[in-house]
Amino acid sequence: MSDNMGAVMVVGGGISGVQTALDLAESGFKVYVVEKKPSIGGVMSQLDKTFPTNDCSMCILSPKLVEMARHPLISLMTLTEVTEVSGEAPNFKVKVRHNPRYVDMSKCVGCGICAEKCPVKVPNEYDAGLMQRKAIYIPFAQAVPLKYSIDESKCLKLTKGRCGLCEKNCPAGAVNYEDKPVEEELDVGAIILAPGFDVFDARLKKEYGYGEYANVITSLEFERFLSATGPYGGHVLRPSDQQTPKKVAFLQCVGSRDTKTNEYCSSVCCMYAMKQAIIAGEHTAGLKPTIFFMDIRAVGKEFEDYRARAEKEYGIEMHRATRVASVQEDPVTKNLILRYTSNGEIKEEEFDMVVLSVGLEPPKGASALSKIFDVNLNRFGFAAADVYSPLSTSKPGVFVTGAFASPKDIPTSVAEASGAAAKAGAFIAEKRGVAPEVDVPEIDVQGQEPRIGVFVCDCGINIKGTVDCAAVAEYAKNLPNVVYTEEMKYSCSADSQQKIKEIIKSENLNRVVVASCTPRTHEALFQSTLKEGGLNPYLFEMANIRDQCSWIHMGEPDKATQKSKDLVRMAVAKSRLLEPLTESKLPVTHSGVVIGGGISGMTAALDMAAQGFKVDLIERTSELGGNALKIFHEEDNRKVREYAKELITRVNNTQNITVHLNTSVEDVSGFVGNFKVKTTDGEIETGAIVVAVGAKEYTPKEHLYGQDSRVVTQFELENKMQQGPLDAKTIAMIQCVGSRNSEAPYCSRVCCSNAIKNAIAIKKANPASDIYVFHKDIRTYGFREDLYKEAGHLGVKFVRVPEDQPPVVSKEGDALKLVANDTILGEDILIRPDMVVLSTGIRPHEDNEELAKMLKVPLSKDKYFLEAHMKLRPVDFATNGVYLAGLAHWPKFTDEAIAQASGAAARAITVISKPELKSEGVIAAVNEDICDGCAICEPVCEYKAITIVEDPKNPEKKKAVVNEGLCKGCGGCVAACPSGAMEQRGFKNEQIIAAIDAALEESE
Amino acid sequence: MNMSSTQHETQAAPAATEGQFEPKIIAFCCNWCSYAGADLAGVSRLQMPTNFLVLRAMCSARVDPEHVLRAFAKGADGVMVLGCHPADCHYIGGNYRTRRRIALLKMLLEQYGLDPERLKLEWVSASEGVKFQSTVKEFVETIRELGPNPIVEAEKEQKAERAKYAH
Repeated sequence: MSDNMGAVMVVGGGISGVQTALDLAESGFKVYVVEKKPSIGGVMSQLDKTFPTNDCSMCILSPKLVEMARHPLISLMTLTEVTEVSGEAPNFKVKVRHNPRYVDMSKCVGCGICAEKCPVKVPNEYDAGLMQRKAIYIPFAQAVPLKYSIDESKCLKLTKGRCGLCEKNCPAGAVNYEDKPVEEELDVGAIILAPGFDVFDARLKKEYGYGEYANVITSLEFERFLSATGPYGGHVLRPSDQQTPKKVAFLQCVGSRDTKTNEYCSSVCCMYAMKQAIIAGEHTAGLKPTIFFMDIRAVGKEFEDYRARAEKEYGIEMHRATRVASVQEDPVTKNLILRYTSNGEIKEEEFDMVVLSVGLEPPKGASALSKIFDVNLNRFGFAAADVYSPLSTSKPGVFVTGAFASPKDIPTSVAEASGAAAKAGAFIAEKRGVAPEVDVPEIDVQGQEPRIGVFVCDCGINIKGTVDCAAVAEYAKNLPNVVYTEEMKYSCSADSQQKIKEIIKSENLNRVVVASCTPRTHEALFQSTLKEGGLNPYLFEMANIRDQCSWIHMGEPDKATQKSKDLVRMAVAKSRLLEPLTESKLPVTHSGVVIGGGISGMTAALDMAAQGFKVDLIERTSELGGNALKIFHEEDNRKVREYAKELITRVNNTQNITVHLNTSVEDVSGFVGNFKVKTTDGEIETGAIVVAVGAKEYTPKEHLYGQDSRVVTQFELENKMQQGPLDAKTIAMIQCVGSRNSEAPYCSRVCCSNAIKNAIAIKKANPASDIYVFHKDIRTYGFREDLYKEAGHLGVKFVRVPEDQPPVVSKEGDALKLVANDTILGEDILIRPDMVVLSTGIRPHEDNEELAKMLKVPLSKDKYFLEAHMKLRPVDFATNGVYLAGLAHWPKFTDEAIAQASGAAARAITVISKPELKSEGVIAAVNEDICDGCAICEPVCEYKAITIVEDPKNPEKKKAVVNEGLCKGCGGCVAACPSGAMEQRGFKNEQIIAAIDAALEESE
Repeated sequence: MNMSSTQHETQAAPAATEGQFEPKIIAFCCNWCSYAGADLAGVSRLQMPTNFLVLRAMCSARVDPEHVLRAFAKGADGVMVLGCHPADCHYIGGNYRTRRRIALLKMLLEQYGLDPERLKLEWVSASEGVKFQSTVKEFVETIRELGPNPIVEAEKEQKAERAKYAH
């Protein structure tokens, strides 16, 4: 890599830091990642599962950690802190201090003998102190880097000058008690802060008895209880007596939405509590979870479905509008007695165990960070950011991502992380470089007898909980050509990759089979490992014994084990016939297309243009601006509408952006790096496409809308408010109009906050007005909780109605009448409003389907665009080169749409910034000796990749030729070929047939 | 993830009765829709019988009639080909070809003396974990009712017959 390559510093190695670093590195920038702990991974590495897909957290994170560690443009600096920053962007000088690890990273092989010999046991922070580690340790088994470190405050040698066992026993001679801090100064163009969060200290809520009662634990501790690597191996047991609890209570808003602790909402606790309740029930038979909520804030994509499922299918009891007053321990049974109010009555109920859903707080070092980097904090101690520039701090060139700016979930953090990469990259765009390639000579396996290694993954207990993995590994030993088998706890972790590479060498493997999860998420990781081990990446096969076996046959361990053996046998049979494949290089069009000219689309276009790329912005209406032009309310003291207008001016003044108004997309062809977008205006060649087509407001049919002019939507209300004082004294706002019902079961996320914002504005203009908000839950998550509080202070009346019983608006003479069931009072109330305001939901565009088809991307069941992975690929599609932002993905606020749009731009830049791309290895190939040029395959190909040409060797003869850039590798032509001349690399007939035969072989 | 249906179970499938015929089923799944749908069924912990083994193909159109016939010849009691919904094919129109091929193949099966019901084509999208589950469950029951693959049964009888005369 060249010395003048632009560099960015990323502070924090959690999921935000990891994603932002990867996006920058993939865009051709050098990245320094500074992490103060011995390993990257952050809080996500501690989680068992993630909502709403219940994906195994470590399993989806681990490949990213591995990718980061092996990326040639990323310098990973663990146990490192920033001490001083000087200069201005793009010429920052950052001083860092590498704290002593006392273990030489270049020598340590992670064998663990040191920790085995170390006599000092201390509680492990990773396990929330529930398990012990040694003074020389790795925080967790999948740590990256997998290098031991000495805890200097606990080591006997370092504190008292005696012991020295680890040094004596280290076979690599890696232990160095004389290690000293090392200072270093780095030049960077921009800085991204991703230090994450800390959790609320539950001891401060004395009434819940945490720290005093053994069976009251925090949610982060409970996460470790649920984990296979946790203190009880994934079983839920009571700390007091290690018995299985029957009744478990989850208490929400512990250290959130609380004037005594933190006033804001922590945004994620409702969802994680439901997840923990579901998983606990799954892990432990007979366990009955109860969750005490104030409001259930299930605002994200398909979260409301998750809520419904938790309640209806998993039978989780949910107390709404209930904050538990106190917890008392029965000193004999160690059971816990909860006091709470339900329907106006004070109740007491006994539970076996209590989990406190602790809120998110700014990271402990936030104020120090704010001084070092010269960035402002908000009044809650998080990094201060603006709605319109959610990723920028108060210091130019210093950006923020993840929970440091506000409490948020993983997908939002990941989208932001990509967004921050786009922002930072703009400062150093002219100093873009190219990552050097992995340069391991490939072993020539041609003509060798297959030597297959089979690695069987436990996936913690995700597989091992059902399948007898040891038996599967043992079985694989006797399959033909298998020379090595091994059971692994997590085959995707960094140490496992290292192990696989070593085994390839030591056993001379020329084929590798991994029996674990799905190739859709993990094949690429293992293929890179093969590459580094000197094997062609296509000499690899996976057996999906988790997603398609252990998880779907949980009650039938014997049969699931048998099926796993069958799947391994099939994979081995196919792998014997695998051949090395080569990828050819493809050109890249270094420009982007953005479809949709709202705030999201304009932001994505500007971010790409800022890094020097030409962008075509396609808008089907006659003006840019989208929905934002209809929004008159203010965010951060500025009307959304005005901001949109400002963006339009910026877009029009940006030379790199060509705006196509009144233009629709008619067809999309090509592939990543080489798309052709046909519009009503002509054809555009582009390397990447961002879909930002937005969504629309639901047009109500209910509540007399359209029949009585006093019934309006929030948009219409805002418009009226612009024109002068409202002539209404009593105003009823109805929430969830067109959301959370049978037609649209999801929550539209923004309506609660927007309604309250308007209610506050009305109340301020006319304090005598009476405003009622009829709602199912108030979902003012994050700092928007302030609005809810302010509205309450101003006297806005909030009335909670039942989930399935919206208020009824009717006419009595000329007057409007509204009747609603107040769940707190337990009876109907009647008001006669002068005006009814409907908080209408957000709906996807009906023609999303057409665009989705052109782009060959899927829609979700609610007809929003469906991303590649809900947790870790929130702005990607499964189709490479196509990205997603804004309301087209899901309802969201302006700041979230802006951050996500920057994220989509960053992801697109990872493609269009590359000098060239590599073609797929799995493509069609013609056996010219057999092909007689019958041309049956030619019309079968949807991509026009096949042409029939004259055989240069024999002018009498014709033959088929495949264009490698155009071929997508579907294999449709192969099945059509009558002579067997056409083959699909990686899925050849003989390979498929070997797998079929193996599947039907009588095993054992 | 489709979680609107309350019908799918999360509990274990009922254990098969002793001695009951257990069908062997091969399921060809396209990489982009059906294989993803099968993964989603797993992620959603939707429980189903173990009687099937999935073979991943990039597209349902890659499934050669030869593959299906091979599976029956080798003793499969049923074969499923699962692809993207019409018009949703990741490869534009591969699934239309699949549809035509399977229709023809079913006619061919009849001539071999196999009930065409033993071959099933179904569309399962990446968001239809629940549909993957119900498709598997229904097909296992269909095949259970149809009984073992008659070709294999006939072969077994022939073998037994030959063995008898050999002695």
